[in-house]
Amino acid sequence: MSMPSDAVSPPRPLSHGRAMAERSTEATDVAPASDVADVADGGAGSAAQEAGGLQVRGLSKVLGGRTIIDNLDLSVREGELVSLLGPSGCGKTTTLRMIAGFLAPDTGTIAVAGQDVAHLGAEKRPSAMVFQNYALWPHMTVFKNVAFPLKLRKLPKVDIARRVDAVLELVNLLHHRDSRPGRISGGEQQRVALARALVQEPDLLLLDEPLSNLDAKLRVKVREDIREIQQRLGITTLIVTHDQDEALSISDRIAVMNAGRIEQYSTPGELYARPRTEFVATFIGSLNRIEGSYRDGVLGSGSDVVGIRPEDVAFSATALPGYRPATVERIVPRGHFSEVYLRRDDALLRSYLGGVAPAPGDRGYARISKAMIFRNGLLVSGTEATADQ
Amino acid sequence: MAVSTTIAATDSAARLGRSRPVVSANRTSAIVGKVLVGLFVAFMLLFILGPLLWLGIRAFAGSWTYPNLGPDSWTLHWWQTVFSDHALAVAVQNSLFFAPLTVLISAVVCLPAAYAFARYDFFARKTFLIGLFATNAFPKMGLFATIASLFYTLNLINTIPGILIIHVLGTLVFMTWIPAAAFAAVPRSLEEAARDAGASKFRVFFSVTLPMAMPGILVAVVMSFLASFDEAQGTYLVGAPVFYTMPTEMYTLVLNYPKQVAAVFSILLSIPSVALMLLARKHIMGGQLAEGFQIR
Ligand SMILES: Nc1ncnc2c1ncn2[C@@H]1O[C@H](COP(=O)(O)OP(=O)(O)OP(=O)(O)O)[C@@H](O)[C@H]1O
Ligand SMILES: [Mg+2]
Repeated sequence: MSMPSDAVSPPRPLSHGRAMAERSTEATDVAPASDVADVADGGAGSAAQEAGGLQVRGLSKVLGGRTIIDNLDLSVREGELVSLLGPSGCGKTTTLRMIAGFLAPDTGTIAVAGQDVAHLGAEKRPSAMVFQNYALWPHMTVFKNVAFPLKLRKLPKVDIARRVDAVLELVNLLHHRDSRPGRISGGEQQRVALARALVQEPDLLLLDEPLSNLDAKLRVKVREDIREIQQRLGITTLIVTHDQDEALSISDRIAVMNAGRIEQYSTPGELYARPRTEFVATFIGSLNRIEGSYRDGVLGSGSDVVGIRPEDVAFSATALPGYRPATVERIVPRGHFSEVYLRRDDALLRSYLGGVAPAPGDRGYARISKAMIFRNGLLVSGTEATADQ
Repeated sequence: MAVSTTIAATDSAARLGRSRPVVSANRTSAIVGKVLVGLFVAFMLLFILGPLLWLGIRAFAGSWTYPNLGPDSWTLHWWQTVFSDHALAVAVQNSLFFAPLTVLISAVVCLPAAYAFARYDFFARKTFLIGLFATNAFPKMGLFATIASLFYTLNLINTIPGILIIHVLGTLVFMTWIPAAAFAAVPRSLEEAARDAGASKFRVFFSVTLPMAMPGILVAVVMSFLASFDEAQGTYLVGAPVFYTMPTEMYTLVLNYPKQVAAVFSILLSIPSVALMLLARKHIMGGQLAEGFQIR
C-alpha cells in the first residue's frame, strides 16, 4: 500500500473568498466593492436596476391555508441569469408562476423592464416561459409551435417565417421544422420550447426546471447551450431548479430558497464560500455537519453546529504540524477523487482525496483547515460573534 | 401450413446444434397461442358478422322455410317494394333532417357545459353530471309517456321542436360526458403556454383546447348522430302520425309487410351508421390527433 507522504487534497471546485470570519451575516451588511454581487436585494441599488430586469417586492401567497411564499424580494438585473434554487416544495414554481402571470399574488409588486405587471394577465406580460414539461402543442408542427406567438402579434407571414427560421437555427432545429413535437426527442422538444420563448424576444425569460426531463449527459450540454444563447442575446433570465450543479455552473447569481423565503442571494462562489445560514451551507455543496464547538482545528462539545467542507479536511500518512491521528473508516470512489471517512478522536470527518486513495483501516493524520460555525441556523463569524436577528 | 413451418424450424434448430426439445416446446406453445387467438377471432366474427349475414341473406330471400339452412329462392322483390314505397322517401328525408339538427343543437348546448364541467368547480357540479344519466337511467317508455303528457299541454305533440327536444334529450349524456373527459384531458400547461405566448382566453380555447379535444368531440358527435338516427320510441310517441323517421317507419313496415322487407330496411338504416363509423375511424384513430396524445 503506497501512500502519498504529503497532505493531499483535490483541486477546489470553486474559488474561495476571504475567510468567512471577517464578515457578519447581516443582510444589511455593506459589502466591499469586490463583493457587489453579494448585496442583498434590499432597496439599495434598485434605482439603477429600475430601467430593466425584474423587480419583485414583498411577494406573498397563501395556498390551501398555508403561506407558500412569504414576503419575497428578488431583483434580477438586465441581461443577468439568476437561478432560483431550493428543495422540492419550497415554492419555486409558485414564485415563477406569479411572475409569469398564471397565479395572482396576495401581496407584492412585480416589475419587468421597469413596467409594473402585477395587474396584467399572462398574455400581456413581456415575459416568456419555458415549461417543465415543455408544453408543446401536439397538433402543430415545430414551425407552427414557434410561429404561434408571432401569429398572435399579427406580423406579416414573411416576417414570421424569417424570425421563426432564425430562432430555429439558433437552437439547431431547422431540420425538424416540419416535424410534430411527438416525433422528436426530449432534448429537441426542450429546444423547441426554448425557441418558442425566444422568438417572442421577451424582456424576461422564465424557465421552470427546464432540464429535469433530460438524461444527465444531455442536461449538461443543454444547460451550456442555454447559458450560451442567454449570453449571446443578453436576455434577462430567471431559471428554477433544484439541481445545485446546474445553478452553480450557469448562473450569475443564485437565490437559495427555503420554505417560501430567499435565504441567500449571491454569486455561486460567494454562496459556497460564505453561506449565510446552515441551510444554505448544507444545500450547496457537501458539508460535514457536527454539533459541538470548534477551536484551533479541534472539535469539542458545545451547542453550535460546525460545518466543514470535505475539501477542507486534509489527510496525511505522516505526522505534520496541526494534524491529529486518524483512521480511515470507509472509502467511496467518486471517479477522479475519493470520498474518505476519517475517524479522529474528536469526530468522524468526510474528506475528498485526489491521487491514490488510502485503504480502509489505514492509519494517518487529518487536519481541518477551515470550519464554519452556525448558531440558531445562522453563520456566526468566530466565537465572539452572537447570532443575528 | 403451421405444421410444416414447425418442422422447418426444428430442423434448422437441430442443424444449428441447439437443443431440440426446448425449441420445439417453444414452437408448440406459440402455435397453441396462435390457434387460440384464431379461434377467438373466428368466434367474435361469428358473433358480429353472423346476424349481419343472416340479415343480408334474408333481404334477398324469396321464401325461406324452417328446416332449410338457406333460402328456397332469391329475389330483389323486397328492395323494389321498399323503394317504391313513397313513405320511405319521406322517412329518410325526415331522418336526415332531424339527426344532424339534433347533433348541432346538442353540441351548442352541451359543449360549453362540458367545458365548464371539465375546467371549473361550481356548485352542484357532481349533481348535474350524475343527473345527466337520469335521462338514460329510467325505462325510456315511462319517461316518454310523462313527457308526452307534458307536450300535450305545451302543444308540442306532432311538432318539429317536440321531436327535436326528444332527440336532444337522448344525446345529452354523450355530448356532455365524452367531451368533458376530452377537455379535462387537455393538459393545463398547454393552455398556459398559449396564454403566455399572448393568446386571449378565447383564442386559447379555439387554438389549443378545442383542437386537442376534437377526437373526443367527434366520438360524441358520432354517437349522438346514431342515437338520434335510431331513436324510435319517443319519436313515434311525439311524431306519429305526422312525422315518421326511418326507425318509426320501420314499425309500419314490419306490421304491414313480410319480414324480408324489415331486413332490407334495417340494411338501409345501417348505411349512415357504417359510413359515419368509417369516417370517424379515419379522423379519430389515424393521423396526428391520436398521435398528439403521446406527449403531455
Ligand atoms: N393550489 C395549491 N393549493 C395548495 N397548496 C399548493 C398549491 N399549489 C402549490 N401548493 C403547495 O405549495 C408548495 C410549493 O409548491 P411549488 O410547486 O411552488 O414547489 P417547488 O419549489 O416548485 O417544488 P418542486 O421542486 O417539487 O417543483 C408545495 O408544498 C405545494 O404543495
Ligand atoms: Mg416546481
